[in-house]
Amino acid sequence: MWPEAIHRELVAAKIRVVGYVPDGGHKRLIELCQADKSMRAVVLSTEEEGIGLVAGAWLGGERSVLLMQSSGVGNVINALGTIKECRIPLVTVVTMRGEEGEFNPWQVPMGQATRTVLEAMGTVVHRPATAEEVAPTLNAALRLAYNSYASVAVLIPQRVIGIKSFQEQTSQ
Amino acid sequence: MTPHRREVVKQLLENRGELLVIAGLGSTAWDITAAGDSPLSFPLWGAMGQAAMMGLGLALAQPRRRVLVITGDGEMLMGLGSLATIGVQQPPNLSIVVIDNERYGETGMQMTHTAHGIDLEEVARGCRLKLLPKNLPEVRKAIHGEAGPNFAVVKVQAEKIPLVLPPREGALLKARFRRALLGSDADTI
Repeated sequence: MWPEAIHRELVAAKIRVVGYVPDGGHKRLIELCQADKSMRAVVLSTEEEGIGLVAGAWLGGERSVLLMQSSGVGNVINALGTIKECRIPLVTVVTMRGEEGEFNPWQVPMGQATRTVLEAMGTVVHRPATAEEVAPTLNAALRLAYNSYASVAVLIPQRVIGIKSFQEQTSQ
Repeated sequence: MTPHRREVVKQLLENRGELLVIAGLGSTAWDITAAGDSPLSFPLWGAMGQAAMMGLGLALAQPRRRVLVITGDGEMLMGLGSLATIGVQQPPNLSIVVIDNERYGETGMQMTHTAHGIDLEEVARGCRLKLLPKNLPEVRKAIHGEAGPNFAVVKVQAEKIPLVLPPREGALLKARFRRALLGSDADTI
């Protein structure tokens, strides 16, 4: 499963801090990170806080990752300016909404703008097409971020997440 | 009488030793510079609302060092949710001191919410931060030794004073901080 595969990559990359705003698509990965004693899972009240968290951890010499939904990308736009100006490595794993088969129209505007917004703020966007591609894509993102001091987002397509309805999401 | 901000910050940072300091956008960044610039200070020229979260990230990454966030009331108001996030994590080595002049100092001294009676200490208390006594030497002592997360608001005069500016470049401020803290490991982590 791709959440387990992502978790293995995070462990291998010595990620110590995981900031997240919950999302249905991230449910399993959040549980894995919370259960892993080598990581500190930090629940955020809004995604923007995650940028400060990552920046502070990097000042202190630790690597971190952010987990959020595509709607949360809109909450970090200005904060990404800090990442760029200070050249702080950043890996953001984004579960997509508002694209393939979305059932909630309110998710569509931000979901459709996610890539554009990230790229406008200088973040490199990777998008694996299938569940099998998630782990190698995240591996590449971690290396690009931490070897080249880049901001990289990995967008997990809605088709890979596979939630089709609101009822399904709330009952998972 | 309400104290001057520069005197308060100077007193808080006296003999700071190994203290790691993040200063929020605006006047507090100039205040810590006036008290004596240091590579172990990270003064923010942007990122409004992010100072406390940077303090949390730093405190989690450096559990054996003391971390101080000095920020203004306007900056803190923009990141109130971060107090809830810090309250969940309970970092014992983190202190946050708000230098509260009840004004947005960089934009024309407009009144902030605290000028209208909004109480940041009550917010922090509700977020499970530990409130420090209303006494600067006690606050300074707690920053260096008492288990946190600690929180204090110090009311200061609303005054326009000369700017004392730290280096501007974000990448430079980051690199000098990491080199000073981590030594050559800064280049290989």
